[in-house]
Amino acid sequence: MNETSTPPDAAEADDAADAAAAGTGPQRPAGPQGAEGGAAGTQAAERSARRGDSRRTGDPLISARGVDKFFGDFQALKGIDLDIHRGEVVALIGASGSGKSTLCRCLNRLETITRGEITIDGERLPEEGKELTRLRADVGMVFQSFNLFPHLKAIDNVTLGPRKVRGASKADADRQAMELLERVGLADKANSLPTALSGGQQQRVAIARALAMKPKALLFDEPTSALDPEVINEVLDVMAELAEAGMTMLVVTHEMGFARHVCDRVVYMDQGEIVEEGEPEQFFTAPRSDRAKAFLSKILAH
Amino acid sequence: MDAIRENIPLLLQGIGTTVALTVLGYVFALVVGTAMAVARVSPIPPLRWAATVYVEIFRNIPLLSLLILIAFGLPDVGLRLPYFWCGVLGLTLSSAAFVCENVRSGINTVPVGHAEAARSIGLGFFGTLRHVVLPQAFRSMVQPLVNVFIGTVIGSALCSAIAVQEVTWVTQTLNIRYAQAVLMFLIAGAAYLILSLGGAALGGVIERAVSPGSGRDRSRAGAALDVTAGAQA
Repeated sequence: MNETSTPPDAAEADDAADAAAAGTGPQRPAGPQGAEGGAAGTQAAERSARRGDSRRTGDPLISARGVDKFFGDFQALKGIDLDIHRGEVVALIGASGSGKSTLCRCLNRLETITRGEITIDGERLPEEGKELTRLRADVGMVFQSFNLFPHLKAIDNVTLGPRKVRGASKADADRQAMELLERVGLADKANSLPTALSGGQQQRVAIARALAMKPKALLFDEPTSALDPEVINEVLDVMAELAEAGMTMLVVTHEMGFARHVCDRVVYMDQGEIVEEGEPEQFFTAPRSDRAKAFLSKILAH
Repeated sequence: MDAIRENIPLLLQGIGTTVALTVLGYVFALVVGTAMAVARVSPIPPLRWAATVYVEIFRNIPLLSLLILIAFGLPDVGLRLPYFWCGVLGLTLSSAAFVCENVRSGINTVPVGHAEAARSIGLGFFGTLRHVVLPQAFRSMVQPLVNVFIGTVIGSALCSAIAVQEVTWVTQTLNIRYAQAVLMFLIAGAAYLILSLGGAALGGVIERAVSPGSGRDRSRAGAALDVTAGAQA
């Protein structure tokens, strides 16, 4: 399969190119990045200012209070308090096993929590049943391993939710799906099966699939960790574009460049706890906690 | 050969009964077995337990014992069924247990991430099964289900023990009359062979039809062939 490059949607080209260049472009091949921030930092600040900071006010869209999660005797999450406001883009970072993916999965109840409370747009996540199913559709999820449905063409992957959950007609769902595939630069792949797509293309279809449900927020669980280095950017570009368009996002990631330049806030987790959170520039240049300092010195060492 | 010529209607009737037993037993088994498999993967523990108990009982009782229990045990509790339907019931109960396990293992071949992705776009338990899990699982289930079909064909012979006049019963009866065991059992054997091969051939057609790369997406099937060619070179 030929790798198609991903021209950002014409309408959003300016902003997106801006964000993509600032956030992900130049540093990418160098591996763990972020230390070489400099000018990009001010760009992030400008972008933040452009979008305005009204997002911090009002009730949070996603809120976790005192969340504990046990796997048997092992405590994966310890007293997690986290608020994500409308339009906010939050990076969740930390070492493997720190609980960041678990937290992400708990937020739309793919994992049950042992104690505490999670609310989505003011509604408490129910235990099971129809209500949970409905709330879950409000929060889209993008997985590390894409999880496209392999028996369905790209466009049918995108339309399945709108048709079977929202009851949209095939014509309407197809029209919307084509718009979304266009947006992620894959309109020409609409009739391909997932096996005929590269990893980056599959992940972009997965993002379109999540967007098709018109979610209030998107959760990304290490969206680029399973990708070849050369296609990571095409996915990060799409995500940067979404961030630019005001989508509320929680991104579990090892892409420090993305966390630093596209996200509004960085949350650092270690051993199931939120150790530190703050503005990306502040976090990456002057972390307050010793654990965050140790973590950053490890990943930014080379 | 007179033995055959004089009894063609009887033999045909026997073969017809065998086909009816097999097809009815198998179709009901597919329905019951799939329902049991859904119960075995459901989030409701009592359903899972009930289906597990069902499978362990009916998979492990010899079919002959089961048929005799049904034919001679059910009247004791007041339920009288014609022997033919006793045969269908026995085949259904037994084959359904095997269908259940095949469907369940097919479901288990689908990566859990696909089910999670389905849930994350708002599909419930049945929607996830119906639209995402079962269509994928079905591909890996075709050949095991052909095995169950062949088992049902062969198992239908045991219905002769409860006087269902299928092809084994007919040929056995004719053998007693004409003392031509080899000829008679060759006839019965041929009937079973044709039924089983027919079922397997149909299974092959279905498997090709549902395999990825069929239909419009021929290009990928072509690519797969190229890979094989490269490996041989």
